[in-house]
Amino acid sequence: MSAAPETISAGSARFTRFFIYGALIILAIVYLLPLYVMLSTSLKSLDEIRGGDMLALPTDPSIAAWMKAWGEACIGVSCVGIKGYFWNSIKMVVPAVVISTLLGALNGYVLTKWRFPGHKLVFGMMLFACFIPFQAVLIPMARLLGLMGLSNSTTGLVMVHVVYGLGFTTLFFRNYYEAFPDELVKAAMIDGAGFFKIFWRILLPSSGPIIVVTVIYQFTNIWNDFLFGVSFSSGEASPMTVALNNLVSSSTGVKEYNVDMAAAVFAALPTLFVYVVAGRYFVRGLMAGAVKG
Amino acid sequence: MSFLEIRNIRKKIGSVEILKGIDISLEKGGFLVLVGPSGCGKSTLLNAIAGLLPPSSGDIVIDGQVVTDLHPSKRDIAMVFQSYALYPNMTVEENIAFALEMRGVDKAGRAKAVAQVAKTLQIEHLLKRRPSQLSGGQRQRVAMGRALVRQPRVFLFDEPLSNLDAKLRVEVRAEIKALHQNTHATIVYVTHDQIEAMTLATKIVVLKEGIVQQVGTPAEIYNRPANLFVADFMGSPAMNMLKGRVVAGGIQLFGAGGQGVTVKIPPSVTTSIPEGSQVVLGLRPEAISDQGSADAAAAASAHIDAQVMIVEPTGSDTFVTGKLDGTTFTGRARAETVVEPGQTFRFVFNLDKAVVFDPESGSRID
Repeated sequence: MSAAPETISAGSARFTRFFIYGALIILAIVYLLPLYVMLSTSLKSLDEIRGGDMLALPTDPSIAAWMKAWGEACIGVSCVGIKGYFWNSIKMVVPAVVISTLLGALNGYVLTKWRFPGHKLVFGMMLFACFIPFQAVLIPMARLLGLMGLSNSTTGLVMVHVVYGLGFTTLFFRNYYEAFPDELVKAAMIDGAGFFKIFWRILLPSSGPIIVVTVIYQFTNIWNDFLFGVSFSSGEASPMTVALNNLVSSSTGVKEYNVDMAAAVFAALPTLFVYVVAGRYFVRGLMAGAVKG
Repeated sequence: MSFLEIRNIRKKIGSVEILKGIDISLEKGGFLVLVGPSGCGKSTLLNAIAGLLPPSSGDIVIDGQVVTDLHPSKRDIAMVFQSYALYPNMTVEENIAFALEMRGVDKAGRAKAVAQVAKTLQIEHLLKRRPSQLSGGQRQRVAMGRALVRQPRVFLFDEPLSNLDAKLRVEVRAEIKALHQNTHATIVYVTHDQIEAMTLATKIVVLKEGIVQQVGTPAEIYNRPANLFVADFMGSPAMNMLKGRVVAGGIQLFGAGGQGVTVKIPPSVTTSIPEGSQVVLGLRPEAISDQGSADAAAAASAHIDAQVMIVEPTGSDTFVTGKLDGTTFTGRARAETVVEPGQTFRFVFNLDKAVVFDPESGSRID
C-alpha cells in the first residue's frame, strides 16, 4: 500500500473505477430484479396483475395478499394460511442449527486439539459426508426414522438436518481450530481446565467469526431445504418450503399471483434476516482477525 | 537434596528417538537453562516436565514426589510459552486469575492475588485490557504474571524472549533475572540463545540430538567445554579451533604448510598426550589478543605473526581475524587498535585459557 503504482495515470484510474462500479451496479440490479417483482406483485391486486406490466409499481398498494397468505390461503384442503408451517420451519431450523453447530465445534475441537490415532480417517469420512447427494440417503434415512419412531415429525427433520449438516460444520470448525494456537490449550491444561472447560471458556469465545459463518450456512440450507421436508413430513408437519409449494400448486380456480408472491416473501424473510443481522458480525469478526497481532 | 530430578528420560515420536536418556537434577531455587540448537529436544524435554508430552520411559520427580504420570494441572508447575498463549477472549485480569478460578479460589482471593502480582510486575494499569491491546513486552509480562500468581513449585519458560526485539529482549532478560533473585523460584528455562543461557542460569544443560553434552555452571561451560560441540555452540564469536600435532615440548600449530609454530601444552592438560597425536586447540577470541591488551600474568603464552584478513570493530573491542598457513582464527584486540587487512599483525595467544580436544572423539583432554 505504501508505494502507490505511479505508472497508472489519474485519468485511467478513474476510468477503471467507473467501469468497476458500473459493472457492479448493473449486476446488482439484475440480481435484485426478481425480489422487486416479488414485492411489487405481492402488493398489487389481481386485476392489476392481469393488466400485464410486471415491472410497474403497484398503483394502489395493499397488504391484503400478505394477510391472506399468512392466515387464510388454502394449502391442500385446509385454508389456514402458511403461519403454522412457518412455525414448523422455525421449530426445525433453530434446534437443527444450534445442535449441528455445537457438535461441529466439538468435533473440530477434538480433531485438532485432542488428536487420537486415526483422526485423519475420521475426518476424511466426515468430509466425505459433504459429497453425498441428498437423494442417496433418502431411503435409508426414511427407514431409520421409521425405526426410531420419528417419521413425519419435526424432531425427525431436526435429526436429519443435524446428521446431514455435521460434515459441513465439522469441516468449518476443524479448519478454524487448526489455526488456533495449541499453546493456548496447553496453557489452559496447566491452569487446570478440563476438556469441556477449555472448549467452553477458551475455544468457543474465540470462535465468533466461524460460528457466524456456520450459522448462516446451516440456517440458509436447512430453511431452504425442500427434498428432506417433502420426503420425511407431510400435511400439518411440513416445513415452510413444502407448504409454499403446496400453496402455489393448490388451485381454487383463480391463480392468485399476489398471494403466492407474498407467501414466497415470507419464506425468504428469515434467511434474509439472518444474513442482514449476522452478516455484519461476520465482517466485523474478519476485520478483528485481520488487524490483530 | 535436589528439588527437581529428571531420571533417564527417553521420548520416542514415531520411530525417531528425540530424547535419549536424560538425567538432570536441580536444587531448590536453581535456574536451569536447557540450551541447544533447534531440534535438539530441549522443548520436548520441557513439555515432558510440564506433563504435556508424556515421556516414553523415565521419571520426573519434583520435591521428592514422582509426577511422571500426573496431569499437568496436578504437578504444581506454571509455564510461560513462547507465544505467551494469553487467552484472547479474556482481559489481562481474567487471564491471570484463570488458573486460580479453575482451582476454586473465591473472587476476593483471586482479586487480591492478581493485584499483588500486577504490582510486582507493574502491570496494574493494564488489568482491564485484552491481550490484543498490549505490546509484545506487556504481553510477556502478563504471561509471567499468569505463572507467578499460582506460586508454583517450578516455573517453566519456553523460549520466552524469542518474539521480542533485541532491545526489549535485554530488558526483559534482566527482569527475569531480578525476578529469580527476588522470589528464589525454581526455574527451568529453554532457549537456543547462548547469551541468555550464560546470563540467566545457575546451571546450564547443553543438549544435542537428545543427548546431554554437558551440565555445569555458566563459567564451567564457557571455560571448560566438555567437547567440541559445546565449545563451538557457546560463546560469540565462536571459539577458535586450531588443529595441531603433539611434538616434543608442545603442540605444533599451523603445521599444514611447513614448519608451523610450536606452543606449550596448555596447563589445562594434566595427563600426558603421546607424541605425534592429533589434537584440536580451543582458544576463545578473548584469549587471542594484541600485544597491548595481552594478559601479562599469563603463565603460558605465544606470540604469533599472521596476516590480517578481516577487521571488525564493535565499539568496545575490535575483532581481528588472522590467517596463517590456511588456518583462520579470530582474536579480540583493543578498540583503538589500528590495523588494515593484508598487514601482518602480532597476535598473543594466552594458553592459560586454552583447552585441548581429541579430534576423533571430540571430547576434551584433561
